[in-house]
Amino acid sequence: MTHRLADSRFAAALVSPTVLVLLLVIVYPVVAAMIQSTYGAAGLDEETGFVSDSEPFVGLGNYAAIFGEGGARFWNAFVNTSFFTVVSVSLETVIGVAMALVMNQALRGRGIVRASILVPWAIPTVVSALLWKWIFNSNGVANAMLGTDILWSAGGFASQVTIIVADVWKTAPFIGLLVLAGLQLIPEEVYEAAKMDGASVWRRFVSITLPLVKPALLVAVLFRMLDTLRMFDLPYVLIGPRKESVETLAMLVQDQASNVRYGAAAAYAVILFLYVFAVAFVFVGLLGANVVDDDARPRQTLVERLRRPGPSRAGVQS
Amino acid sequence: MSVVDRDAPAARADGTAAFENETPARPAARRGRSGSRASTVTFYSGIAFIVIYCLAPYYWMVVSSFRRTSDIFSLSPIPQPFSLENYAAVFDPGQSFGRALVNSVIVAGTTTVVALAIGITTSYALARLKFRFKRALLAMIIATSMFPQVAIVVPLLKLFTGIGWINTYQAMIAPSLSFALPLAVWTLTTFFRQLPVELEHAALVDGCTRWQAFRRIILPLAAPGVFTTAIITFIGAWNEFLIALSMTNSPDYQTAPVAISQFSGAAAFVAPFGSQMAAGVIVTVPLLILVMIFQRRIVAGLAAGAVK
Repeated sequence: MTHRLADSRFAAALVSPTVLVLLLVIVYPVVAAMIQSTYGAAGLDEETGFVSDSEPFVGLGNYAAIFGEGGARFWNAFVNTSFFTVVSVSLETVIGVAMALVMNQALRGRGIVRASILVPWAIPTVVSALLWKWIFNSNGVANAMLGTDILWSAGGFASQVTIIVADVWKTAPFIGLLVLAGLQLIPEEVYEAAKMDGASVWRRFVSITLPLVKPALLVAVLFRMLDTLRMFDLPYVLIGPRKESVETLAMLVQDQASNVRYGAAAAYAVILFLYVFAVAFVFVGLLGANVVDDDARPRQTLVERLRRPGPSRAGVQS
Repeated sequence: MSVVDRDAPAARADGTAAFENETPARPAARRGRSGSRASTVTFYSGIAFIVIYCLAPYYWMVVSSFRRTSDIFSLSPIPQPFSLENYAAVFDPGQSFGRALVNSVIVAGTTTVVALAIGITTSYALARLKFRFKRALLAMIIATSMFPQVAIVVPLLKLFTGIGWINTYQAMIAPSLSFALPLAVWTLTTFFRQLPVELEHAALVDGCTRWQAFRRIILPLAAPGVFTTAIITFIGAWNEFLIALSMTNSPDYQTAPVAISQFSGAAAFVAPFGSQMAAGVIVTVPLLILVMIFQRRIVAGLAAGAVK
C-alpha cells in the first residue's frame, strides 16, 4: 500500500534533518575521537625538552600504553565492566521475567503495579546512586536489617555488591515491562491445550512461555547489556571516581579526559566503543541464528525484526 | 515452533495495546488459571513483592529527607519528629540548587523540543514511506541508541574547550541530542505505525499534497504519541549526568543531577545525607507526577520502543 506514497525526494526532505544532526553529534565526534587517540598530551616534549602547546602525534602509542604500562588499570576496568554486565543483566533478567509472569496474572491492582514499576525507571541514576549509598551507609538501614557491620563503600567485593544491587533495582522492572508486552500476546488457548495434555506449570513455562517471549526478552537483554557496558553514573556517585573495585571503562575515559589527557581518553573510548560493538555484533548474530524459522523464510537480523511493523501482524495465529 | 517464531516479533508493539485494553475475555480466562486458593496467595505475594521491591528504597529516601540532621540515622519507618530542615538546607543559597533546577529544565526542555522537532518528520518517513537507505537509517538509529556517550564526550569536550563553550547550555544540549534524537525517532516511529494508513490515502484522494496529509491529518492524530515521546525523552534528558558533568565546572551552569552529586555539607567530613535525600526527592517528584498521570501511555511507548 505504501508505495503510492513513496517519493524519494519527499522522504529525503523528511529524514535529512535527523541525518544531519546525527552526523554532527555522533559520527563527527567518533571520527574525531579515533584521530585524537593517536595524539599524546600537550606539555613537555621529551625529545626537544621544550614545553609545547600542541599535542604530539604518537601513532598507536596510546594503545600501546594502555596494553603495556597502563595495562593493570585498563584490565581492572575491563574486568569490572564485564563482571557488572554479566551479573547485573543475569539477575535483572530472572527478576524481570518473574515480575512479568506475576503482572500477567494481575486481575486487580494493575494500576498500582504499573505505577510502582515505573518508579525505579523514572528516578535519575544519580539519585538512585545516592539513595543506595545512603542505604548502604555503614550506619545505614542495610547493615541494620542484615545485622552486619560491613563497610560497603570501602571497596572490594562489598562495593561491587552495592553497584549490582542498585543497578538491578532500577532496571529489573524495566525488563519486566518489556517481557510483559510479549507475554500478553500469547493466546490463552495454548495454555489450556497444554494443561489438558497434562503439562506441568514448569513444563508450560519452559515449553510455551519462554520460546514465545524470547524475541522480546532478547531485545531487552541486548539493550540492557549495552547499557551496562557503558555504565558510569552509578559507580561514580555511589562509590566514587578512581576506586579500583568499581572503576568501569567509561569512568576511565572520563577520568583521563577530565585530566586533559584527551589522547589517552580517546584511546580508551575507542576501545570501549569497539567492545560494545563486538558484544552487539555477537549477540545480534546469535539472535539472528536463534530466531530463524524452520521453514524457508530468510534469516532475520535484529534490525529486520525491530523494523517489522507490529500492528499489521497483530494476532496472526495461523 | 514455526507458529511460535512467526508471531513473536509483533509481540512488543502489540502487547502495549493488550496491556491498555483489558479485554474481558482474557482476565476471565486467567481466572481459571489462578483459581485455587494456594495460587491466589502466591499471586498476591508476588504483587506485594513487586510493589515493595520498587517502592521501599524510594520510601526510605522520602522518610530520611524528613528527618532532622540529629536523628538522620534513626531507623523508625516514619520520620519522628517530622522536620523540613533538610529542604531548607537544599535551598540554602550556598548550594545554588534552585539555579541547578532551572538549568535542568532549560537543558532537558530544549533537548526534548529540538529532538522532537527534528525527529518527527523522520519518524513519519520511517513509518510510512519506502525509500532507499531506509534500512541503513534504521540501523544507524538503533546503533546510536546503544552508543557509549563517553566516546563522543572526549572530542566534544576538547572542541568546546577550544571555542569557549564550557559552561554554556548549548555544550550540554548538542551532545544530549546524540541519545535524545534516536530515542525520540524510534518511539515516534512506533506510534506513527499504529495510525491507520487509510487516513493518508483518503487525504491524498481528496487532493491534499503529501505534506498537507502529514501536517493536517497525521500530526493532529499523532499528538498523544508525540506527547508521550516528549515525556520519555524529557525523562532521559533530565537524568543525563555524564555530559553535564563534563561540560560544566561552574555551579551556575550545573544541572540538578550534577549539583546533587556534589552537595557539600555544612560541616566538612560530614556527608550531607539529609539534604541529599531531600534534593533527590525534589528532583524526582516532577518525574513521578508525570509518570503517575501518564503511566498507561508511557508503558505503551516504552514497550513499543524497547529503548531505555
